Amino acid sequence: MAGSTRGGPGANALYVLQGNIPPRAPPLRRRRLIDLLAGNLFDGWRASLLTIATLLLIALVAPPLLRFLVFDAVWSAPDGAACRAPGAGACWAFIWRKLPYFTYGSYPLDQRWRVDVTLAMGAVLIVWLLWLNAPRRNLAALLFFGAYPIIAFLLLHGAPFIGLPRVASDLWGGIFVSLLVATVGMVVSLPFGVLLALGRRSSLPALSLACAGFIELVRGVPIITVLFMANTMLPLFVPENLAPDRLLRPLIGVALFASAYMAEVVRGGLQAIPNGQFEGALALGLGRWQMQRLVILPQALRAVIPGVVNNFIALFKDTTLVAVVGIFDFLRTVDSARLDPVWAGPTIAATGYAFAAMFYFVFCFAMSRYSLFVERRFSHGR
Amino acid sequence: MTAGSDGLSPFKAMKLRRHPALEFWYDAKARAILLQSAFVVAFVALAIFAFIDVRANMEARGIATDLSFLGKVAGFDINQSLIPYSAASTYGRAFVVGLLNTLLVAAVSLALATVLGFIVGFARLSKNWIVGQTAMAYVEAIRNVPLLLQLLFWYNAVLKPLPSPKQSLPLPFGMFLNNRGLFAPAPVFEAGAVWLVAALCVSLLAAVAMRLTPKRIKFATPSRAFFSGVAAALLLVLPLAAFVGAGTPVAFVQPELKGFNFVGGVRLLPEFVALVLGLSLYTAAFIAEIVRAGVEAVPRGQREAAAAIGLDRADADRLVIAPQAMRLIVPLLTSQYLNLIKNSSLAVFIGYPDLVQVFAGTVLNQTGAAVQVIFITMAVYLAISLVASLAMNLYGRRFALVER
Repeated sequence: MAGSTRGGPGANALYVLQGNIPPRAPPLRRRRLIDLLAGNLFDGWRASLLTIATLLLIALVAPPLLRFLVFDAVWSAPDGAACRAPGAGACWAFIWRKLPYFTYGSYPLDQRWRVDVTLAMGAVLIVWLLWLNAPRRNLAALLFFGAYPIIAFLLLHGAPFIGLPRVASDLWGGIFVSLLVATVGMVVSLPFGVLLALGRRSSLPALSLACAGFIELVRGVPIITVLFMANTMLPLFVPENLAPDRLLRPLIGVALFASAYMAEVVRGGLQAIPNGQFEGALALGLGRWQMQRLVILPQALRAVIPGVVNNFIALFKDTTLVAVVGIFDFLRTVDSARLDPVWAGPTIAATGYAFAAMFYFVFCFAMSRYSLFVERRFSHGR
Repeated sequence: MTAGSDGLSPFKAMKLRRHPALEFWYDAKARAILLQSAFVVAFVALAIFAFIDVRANMEARGIATDLSFLGKVAGFDINQSLIPYSAASTYGRAFVVGLLNTLLVAAVSLALATVLGFIVGFARLSKNWIVGQTAMAYVEAIRNVPLLLQLLFWYNAVLKPLPSPKQSLPLPFGMFLNNRGLFAPAPVFEAGAVWLVAALCVSLLAAVAMRLTPKRIKFATPSRAFFSGVAAALLLVLPLAAFVGAGTPVAFVQPELKGFNFVGGVRLLPEFVALVLGLSLYTAAFIAEIVRAGVEAVPRGQREAAAAIGLDRADADRLVIAPQAMRLIVPLLTSQYLNLIKNSSLAVFIGYPDLVQVFAGTVLNQTGAAVQVIFITMAVYLAISLVASLAMNLYGRRFALVER
């Protein structure tokens, strides 16, 4: 209706409300169970059907799983006899008894404190680094990326000149080797990934081609073939008596692999930087390296934190693959302990894998939650 | 002392510090060429040195340095082969067997992972609380546990402890599961099967034709019901009619227990079953997240606009949401497919005879030709990756934004 103004003919029109609308009830702060049931789970026959089907699925999976893991489980036993009884569930006694082996591998009993010290130092430094409000975090970074690898090497490998006997790397194993491989991958992949990404974006064609070639080559093949290559080909590059240590070879392979993947993540962040940032840095008179260090990389790296953490999660899961070249990582120790004739039984394999799954789940889940937290934290400032 | 105190401009001061013999260094172009030449020379020199060194080391250790080993007799058996193979075959043939086994397990797992991944992804998007939570629990549980652990679990903790063939677990459709693997009925084609094949070819052509039909004809309101009717007839009714009309020319040979093992039918190795289970369940969790993210990334206004122009929910999903979501999903899906193909190399841990287990494992150990074997293996995976990403890019082009 044209020209219906306040107080005009529109005020008495049929479609204009005459009284006030009564106030509505405030929205429910907490959904009550009945709302959930009526408004969501059983809202129409399709929803009801889906709900019932899902509940059936849960009823099929959950009770046997709980029975196996908790109710029928054997919590303490001197050997595998109790676990071999028919109807017995998970054999947690086996895990408990084998825990030192799962943690240290075959590291000499009287030297295991060295592993403990290394792990504790690493844990302190990592918490320091990840706790965003902690003081002097750049000192933590310096210690973690600079001093810690050297101290860890001296402690684990041994240094006769300060009274720590050598421990050959074929005795190393268990959780600490898994953490070692993952840490080496992470510590090496960040700087090398940044360099490779910068190289790939370089205006020098020879450099960018070489970096792109390396990245695409490594990303295009399975990690197992990279490990095979590191294991069988590295010794061929040097005289026979100088062959690299058998643990060092897969570490080099993992570092190569992780760097290539990290480079692609960092490149994504670099591409997201608007051109104005480069131009602004040039206008300020910053040189090539100053520009990267002070303007570009801080923004790019902050933007890719979720990608970096996802990479770390993938890397942590991929550390299990070093078993293919004979390294006794955590999963490999679990897989070999289940064959121990004292314990061997029908439930041992499932128990071992369930324990390992929980271990990896806790680490990976924590990492992904941390990345979500950091992402939210940084997005607040925007 | 400094340039500034002499009253010179800072630019002049910089100029003063240049040594005349190093003048070329300040020419960006000359410097770029110089640096790159140095880099290339160093790189080539290193490569040549490494090549000579490795060759000398290999010769010193009595390892072949050419590809002649591919023609020699392999002397080992492979327990699953798509082409005739025996211990008397050559290493080259063993390579082909391994490659085909890799492609087989990857193709089967890809199909299963895609179907399951889309189902879980849609479940995750469901408004139904319990469906969404269950899908999320699946995704989180699977994604945060290493694939190798899952493979070992399926193989060592589930399939290996199964009862012997005499106490096999019966499954639907006449299948049996035991510690020797999965036994399924095998189809046998009789004379009349020609008609069935012909009918299938016709419906395949019809499917292609339908794909090529412009949307404006397909969805024109009057022709829509007619179109769907013809499509259904061509795709479903015709093969079925041919099947019945030719007197059900396909018979199934049931696996039967003879002595200690099953005879007849198709046997899938437990290694194969474990690998397919592990790969497809694992990749499905990642695909589900991609599907969820892709659909959620479509702005809400698109659905509202679709409703405003009178599309119902199903039509809005199909015509408005899906094409836009697919544009985001396809590239990410490609990288998951490539991951799955590369992850199939984990077969080596459970002894499934794939390319890595046969070629980079047994053949490498027997011949010692590490460099050649590893380069060939890597090249094959690179080639597979390239072909797969090319195919997915062609497919993704269908959803690309068309700018006018």
